[in-house]
Amino acid sequence: MGWSASRACGCNSVMWGWLLRRLGQIIPTLLILSVLIFALQQLMPGDPAIIMAGEERGDPQVLAEIRAELMLDRPIWEQYAAWLWRLLHGDLGFSWRIRQPVGSLILEKLPVTLQLGGMAFLIAIAIGIPAGIVSAAFRDRPADWAANAVALAGISTPNFWLGIMMILLFSVELGWLPPSGYVPLSQDWRQSLATTIMPAFVLGTGIAGVFMRHTRAAMIGALSQDYVRTARAKGLPERVVIGRHALRNALVPVVTLATIELGRLLAGAVLTEQIFSIPGFGKLIVDAVFNRDYPVVQGVVVVTALIFVTLSLIGDLLYMAINPRLRAA
Amino acid sequence: MSVTTAIPTAAKGDSPARRALRRFLRHRLAVLGLIVITIFVAGAVLAPWIAPYDPVATSWSRIRKPPSELHWFGTDENGRDVLSRVLWGARASLMAGALSVTAALLIGVPFGLLAGLTGGWVDTIISRFTDAMLSVPFLILAIALAAFLGPALENAMLAIAISASPIFVRLARGMAMEAKATEWVEAARSLGNPPWRIALVHVLPNIVPPLLVQATLAIAEAIIAEASLSFLGLGQQPPNPSWGSMLNAAQRFLTQAPWMAIYPGLAIFLVVLAFNLFGDGLRDALDPRARGR
Repeated sequence: MGWSASRACGCNSVMWGWLLRRLGQIIPTLLILSVLIFALQQLMPGDPAIIMAGEERGDPQVLAEIRAELMLDRPIWEQYAAWLWRLLHGDLGFSWRIRQPVGSLILEKLPVTLQLGGMAFLIAIAIGIPAGIVSAAFRDRPADWAANAVALAGISTPNFWLGIMMILLFSVELGWLPPSGYVPLSQDWRQSLATTIMPAFVLGTGIAGVFMRHTRAAMIGALSQDYVRTARAKGLPERVVIGRHALRNALVPVVTLATIELGRLLAGAVLTEQIFSIPGFGKLIVDAVFNRDYPVVQGVVVVTALIFVTLSLIGDLLYMAINPRLRAA
Repeated sequence: MSVTTAIPTAAKGDSPARRALRRFLRHRLAVLGLIVITIFVAGAVLAPWIAPYDPVATSWSRIRKPPSELHWFGTDENGRDVLSRVLWGARASLMAGALSVTAALLIGVPFGLLAGLTGGWVDTIISRFTDAMLSVPFLILAIALAAFLGPALENAMLAIAISASPIFVRLARGMAMEAKATEWVEAARSLGNPPWRIALVHVLPNIVPPLLVQATLAIAEAIIAEASLSFLGLGQQPPNPSWGSMLNAAQRFLTQAPWMAIYPGLAIFLVVLAFNLFGDGLRDALDPRARGR
């Protein structure tokens, strides 16, 4: 990462220089990404015009019209240029099956996933960070072993299986929660929470393990520092040493990690939404895959990548903002 | 764990490999992981002989029977034996894990070495490519690739391999850059060794340990990815068994036949856990710098 050089300095120009360099990396990265996503189409087996024509696939005139509309009769670079031009104008194309612009489809589904992801994120932080702190404070003792075991189990459990098992327990056996479906927050917040708490938990536990491990490592690093020894030597209670002195420093790398994990929640949401029949972003890509609705698949990948790149940039900015060593003097 | 044994006193003739082995064996959980992996591999290899039933033979008289003496894990919606399908399914999962990670290594490491050793614009292009691929979450990239390639186990494996390769590019690049700055590579270069020889003979052997650790952890991820793709119908095609597709079918019969969902999922969980334990132990054994983290 590029921050190590600027860390010692703490002056403003270094920070801005770093930021400019970072942006300079993002633009070519996004361009290459657009080529890759466009190239996905070329992997497609069969003629897209035939897939799109559906029942009218026998009619050569319909096929010709579709080919002209999709520019399939043009050279590949022209197709790419046109696709990129539309993309830069926010046009993600048109769904083949639902007959709606891909952009509006995604905008419609995204809030559902944001609610789910937000809840999952809170659950992951609420479990992972305290567990990591306790684990580091009681290093190599039973509490540490237990926390590590739970974290490892969380990381190793495929979240779609955990989802199925939770439905089995809480919906089928106990009948406490609805097994699937979704009610928007605006409609009925109680029902909304009831329909999203299980998937949010499933989604959150996987990342909670990652948070726990990183918090533990960062806390162990922080607890071995001189200022912690000084704080202890001053006779401060351990609670204050851990809570005020070590934790503040340990959380700096965890914040960066958190933004990246937030992006990864999108990937986790794909299967979780499928299991719980939640009509979000993840279910959109799965349905699109089943329906061979390729523009939607592409659009989802584009939006995911944009969210991911933005989040990692925000993560780096947050890192600079909260790390006093990097703050402008 | 006691820290006093952190630096084992090397006896005469004690090779680094043997020291690593000893460090690994001291890691009880990692050994346990290795044992579990061995059991699963044995189950997969021996499936034709030890599976009690034909994994695809349907039987209308034995539909969704709960676990019993005859069918330890019960039967599925077509009267097929779940235990036999879990055993045969291990083949798809372990093969997908091992082959796709091997392919990811074969794609990623050469590019990483090339980028790290040559530097300049080659490095810039390869690095931006890697960044681009890493900006799409692993599973979404794999799903998109598998969707465009078409549903088949081979395509799912290819999709996983491509999606997993950028991590190895990045790792190999970083290690190659580190190695390039060392005296032994400097010495090899001044002796007039060609670049490919430096890469293969002087750099590669030194970066094998961290690659091995990363590969083990990547197998765990690849197995989950294969199960996820098969769950979505993009991997193993019916009637051939895979743990992911078994879970997909199980979801429809959750109230009537929960055993259909419990055992394949438990198999995924155990094998992934075993690879994670094994990888953690391997890291401690091969990379002493990372110890105690």
